[in-house]
Amino acid sequence: MTTTYDFEDTPSNYDDVQRQGGQDAVYDPNFVPDSVKSFVVHMYRHIREKNVYEIHQMCETSFQTLSERLFKDTPWPSVEAIAPYVDNDHVFCLLYREMWFRHLYARLSPTLKQRIDSYDNYCSLFQVVLHGVVNMQLPNQWLWDMVDEFVYQFQSFCQYRAKMKNKTEQEIALLKQNDKAWNVYGVLNFLQALVEKSTIIQILEQEKEGLEQFTATDGYDYSGGSNVLKVLGYFSMVGLLRVHCLLGDYHTGLKWLQPIDITQQGVYISVIGCHIATIYHYGFANLMLRRYVDAVSEFNKILLYIYKTKQYHQKSPQYEQLLKKNEQMYALLAVCLSLCPQTKLVDESVNSQLREKYGEKMMRMQRCDDEAFGIYDELFSYACPKFITPSAPSFEEPLVNYNQDAYRLQLKMFLYEVKQQQLLSGVRTFLKVYSSISLAKLANYMEVDEPTLRTILLTYKHKTHSVGSDGKVISNADIDFYINNDMIYVVESKPAKRYGDFFLRQIAKLEGVMNDMDRIKLE
Amino acid sequence: MFHGACESRDGQRPSSLSSFNFSEDKASSFCPFRRDSPSLTISRRPKEQSSYTVEQLVAVNPFNPEILPDLENYVNEQFEPERMNTHIVARILIKFEPERMNTHIVARILIKALMALPTPDFSLCLFLIPERVQMEEQFKALSHYLETGRFQQFWDEAAKNRHFLESVPGFEEAIQAYASHLLSLSYQKLPRSVLAEAVNMDGASLDKFIEHQVANNGWIVEKEGGSIVLPQNEFNHPELKKNAGENVPLEHIARIFPILG
Repeated sequence: MTTTYDFEDTPSNYDDVQRQGGQDAVYDPNFVPDSVKSFVVHMYRHIREKNVYEIHQMCETSFQTLSERLFKDTPWPSVEAIAPYVDNDHVFCLLYREMWFRHLYARLSPTLKQRIDSYDNYCSLFQVVLHGVVNMQLPNQWLWDMVDEFVYQFQSFCQYRAKMKNKTEQEIALLKQNDKAWNVYGVLNFLQALVEKSTIIQILEQEKEGLEQFTATDGYDYSGGSNVLKVLGYFSMVGLLRVHCLLGDYHTGLKWLQPIDITQQGVYISVIGCHIATIYHYGFANLMLRRYVDAVSEFNKILLYIYKTKQYHQKSPQYEQLLKKNEQMYALLAVCLSLCPQTKLVDESVNSQLREKYGEKMMRMQRCDDEAFGIYDELFSYACPKFITPSAPSFEEPLVNYNQDAYRLQLKMFLYEVKQQQLLSGVRTFLKVYSSISLAKLANYMEVDEPTLRTILLTYKHKTHSVGSDGKVISNADIDFYINNDMIYVVESKPAKRYGDFFLRQIAKLEGVMNDMDRIKLE
Repeated sequence: MFHGACESRDGQRPSSLSSFNFSEDKASSFCPFRRDSPSLTISRRPKEQSSYTVEQLVAVNPFNPEILPDLENYVNEQFEPERMNTHIVARILIKFEPERMNTHIVARILIKALMALPTPDFSLCLFLIPERVQMEEQFKALSHYLETGRFQQFWDEAAKNRHFLESVPGFEEAIQAYASHLLSLSYQKLPRSVLAEAVNMDGASLDKFIEHQVANNGWIVEKEGGSIVLPQNEFNHPELKKNAGENVPLEHIARIFPILG
């Protein structure tokens, strides 16, 4: 059952960095090549001058090029080595270290000490942002990368920590000593603090009333201030959604996302990685909460968007991630549509891709047998987030690996739900064919007795009608029915065209374009 | 020379990018473990105030391990039949500290979650309870019967666990409410026997139940045959279904007011 669930990092037995990397590369943390010197000097200058475009170029292009050329399998020079070139600027050093660790995680395997150090670095960096008045404007891509990486390193740490079996004595001692590092409370509290201190929720509320500008400027501050806290706060909401999905707490995750209206344009779209992460986790959470229609419509939109725009991201360092998430979302879409068939919610191009990848599997999933289970299992395992167990490990003998526990639990609950729903596919086929039928007759066709049929019909109603957090009942069913004593009357729902939404979107878009044009004139 | 936006507190200017004072004592800087919990005295407060403070408590301080004992007391003491935010409590009590788990508390939370049907509280709780602590099959069976409309089997099973379920007041009523909800989604008219099975009542008590529903929820009893007519809603009367496409919620329109204005 665990075949397709893989891990991204392997347990590291290295104690010091020098033994990592290729045989030729001997890493000297104090050696600073000229290109790196000029990189940090320019970067420091651009940050001081708030030249967001240049900063973005340096992060996305120069950093990647230098890494590819000089640091393919070694870390960048240590922060102490480059500090003299940047006036020993404390904040710049924190930012540099953030990039340093991100590079390490991407190319090499971090040691336990390095994981702990990275956490400390994030703590210091976030503390600066939360407490001080930060005098910088940073590109949204970088700010998103910070939050994304923070959550990723947390997930990676939990996975690492849960594999207790092969840990050395030193590692265990270090773990016991540093129980605060990557502690789940710490991580969650930081994210929550960023959301609160930035008052981003109030800003978004006020924006709806026209009292604030945030989305219109993509979060940037054109009046001389800083975008860092606000945008970090904004991205932290997505970060919180992600962490809660990893913990299996879907309801809370969605609550944290609520201030962001995903049916509208927003800052989350400004960074493709953020856009995808938001929709992926939103869709997944809704799938687990049985709100299949919501999940399907959002997956549909994002898959269409990716289909149209992916060629523009080919050069970006996030391209591979983008493709992976694309595939995973197709798998989730296949699962949703098998559990809740909705022909009219899916766009034609997305549908054809879906048929190509999963057409046959979807047909098999809609049958009521063990093979179907196997396929649900396979797709779920492929597409699910890497769930974690947040609690600290038990250090008593015998040491066990419990890194798969969280995943197994979620899979089990998911398959349990699938099992209950499999009873319904039989009913659905009959309801499609009849406009009205007596209970006795239907019971006969389905080869069950009448009381059992009643329970099946009630189950159908229960599963297709989800209750929102406000207590409202929403129907997911494409085929519905009602019973009058002994007769079932079938109702097919026709989804209506939503002209209202379309016009609203276009009006807002046009306004945005006109604002952009006005701005050009003024400058 | 670049002038950063920082005021030198004590002549130091360690960064031109921020006015954060790095010489501040580390202890006074942001601590991710909030100890300023306002309600550590919750167990000493009078009962009526407790539920209010717990909601507040959870809203203000959701990630504080210090509040765990308070939540445990809350679960033990509170007997209000109305729905408790079970999944929030479950999350905090169970997910973060599985070794502190008290099976009695967990069981109580699960019962409360069952009572919250049709909302998915029970499944939400099950997502959070680690497998090795998941309650015995009895809860799973009970929830399975309820989720698949098998009321008769449910009441039979519940009878076997009577002593435990009765420790949470309002259990029967909550399940009966769920049964009524499900029936109103599905039936326009239903025979008395079906209702009797679903709510586990008969004879005089069933009559009383029906009377209560007639008085408060718009049920009607047909004169001949004794069938019960359930109130009309969009789920059992499809003609009542609002045509969703033509309705645009006011908030959406409000978004373009700044543009129009």
